[in-house]
Amino acid sequence: MSGITLTNRKKVLEKKKLSFSESLYLPAIFGGMLITLKHFFMKKATISYPDVKRPFSKVYRGKHVLKRDDQGRENCTACGLCAVSCPAEAITIVADERKKGEEHLYREEKYASVYEINMLRCIFCGLCEEACPKDAIYLTEDLTPANFTRQDFIYGKDKLVQPLNESCHPKTNQPYIKDGKPYEYKNPVYTK
Amino acid sequence: METALFLDKLILVVSVFGASLGIAMYSTLAERKFAAFFQDRLGPNRAGLFGILQPVADGVKLFMKEEIIPAQANKFLFILGPSLFMITALMTSAVIPWSTPLDLGDRTMELQVTDINIGLLYVFGVVSIGVYGIMIGGWASNNKYSLMGALRASSQMISYELAMGFSIIAIIMITGSMGLKDVVNAQSTELFGISGLNWNIFYQPLGFLIFIICAFAECNRTPFDLPECEAELVGGYHTEYSSMKLGLFLFAEYVNMFISSAMMAGLYFGGYNFPFMYELGLSQNALSILGLVAFMTKILAFIFFFMWIRWTIPRFRYDQLMHLGWKVLIPLAIMNLIATGGVMTFMASK
Repeated sequence: MSGITLTNRKKVLEKKKLSFSESLYLPAIFGGMLITLKHFFMKKATISYPDVKRPFSKVYRGKHVLKRDDQGRENCTACGLCAVSCPAEAITIVADERKKGEEHLYREEKYASVYEINMLRCIFCGLCEEACPKDAIYLTEDLTPANFTRQDFIYGKDKLVQPLNESCHPKTNQPYIKDGKPYEYKNPVYTK
Repeated sequence: METALFLDKLILVVSVFGASLGIAMYSTLAERKFAAFFQDRLGPNRAGLFGILQPVADGVKLFMKEEIIPAQANKFLFILGPSLFMITALMTSAVIPWSTPLDLGDRTMELQVTDINIGLLYVFGVVSIGVYGIMIGGWASNNKYSLMGALRASSQMISYELAMGFSIIAIIMITGSMGLKDVVNAQSTELFGISGLNWNIFYQPLGFLIFIICAFAECNRTPFDLPECEAELVGGYHTEYSSMKLGLFLFAEYVNMFISSAMMAGLYFGGYNFPFMYELGLSQNALSILGLVAFMTKILAFIFFFMWIRWTIPRFRYDQLMHLGWKVLIPLAIMNLIATGGVMTFMASK
């Protein structure tokens, strides 16, 4: 048994008698104080969160967004693939049929009249994004902020659908850059 | 003349009282800020600019909190404990000389509440009474953790007072007086041709080391904060306290820290004396004000040192604490005393 160790990092602790200068403790205390003083003037590691936001990676998976197309119509067709693929069963969809005169609101004939994500259940795995055949749901860089009640964590379409007049990159929520200039989204003009 | 004296003293008492409390108040913020800086954090910065309103917020919170007196506690002693601790903490500042006298035209105003010829003894006496505050508070709580904390506090304070006393006796021997003003004034003479630099630290470095270690123990500060050692004793002697009574205990600790910083600055670092104080050719009032500024700077530096130590060194074990107090510091202090006496006799015989 002896001589065989798992990691080869075993170190036998020997209890030596302290030398005179060690037994005074003062040099050690002084050294420690120099270390803490060095940290006193170091750059602080804290990010003051609500004031300063840490830049996230492009593939960060945060709060979801339900996309509109370039004419401002919701992409989602309520196929339910996201809800099926969701391992946490956080997505609830109620499908509805598009009525006449609603063509400027929904791209397909079917749409989700209720689209709810329970942010307490969601594990932000991004499988809904991968399952979506209509480019309708993406996970953005936004965080889901704290709330006081569980009910407030169930995000409906009011919080999820991308606001009108706002064009954004599906992944980052940043404005499109088109020909080197920020691409501005214009309200679509609908004709009956 | 009598009314003038009375007014002078009244102004002095009120301003010393206010300064002690004000500095203690902002020490709490400074402690949290410095703790954060030493640990690469930012510290409280939400209440006001850089968190300067944080002590006010903390104070309001403590006043608003529910006041709980345990059913089994001795109510009278339970209230007496923190009051006594706070009163003794504040009383010590009466004999501290803040600066040289102010010239007010027809009279001079001494910047010391009272110059008694046993100032050092008075400080020791009052500090010793402070132990009763902790002891009574801990005992009256009727809680085993409180009692343990109180026992630790009292035995620790009594043990370290001995070594502290011995290191002070050396100062008294050098100065030949127990009045704090005499001790400080004796340090205003020349050293290396620079006036106001004849500080006792140059004669008593070992005495100062013993004094500062004992001051940490007397103030129950890390590394000697065993009476409130939260890992073993919940909160120590103030486990059962809540609301402003807890606030008084915590606050008195900072007042104690301020006073012992003032004592260290006054006894060893020349108090209100600063280098080149007479070469500059200042008027009496300017000298007085500059002296006060110098004294305050020294005190604040010591308060910073207290906090620096707290966030550097871990807590002692209790047997190590007693070992250090009885077997190291007291023999060292006696040796220092004998050496001082020997050198003084030698110098006198020359």
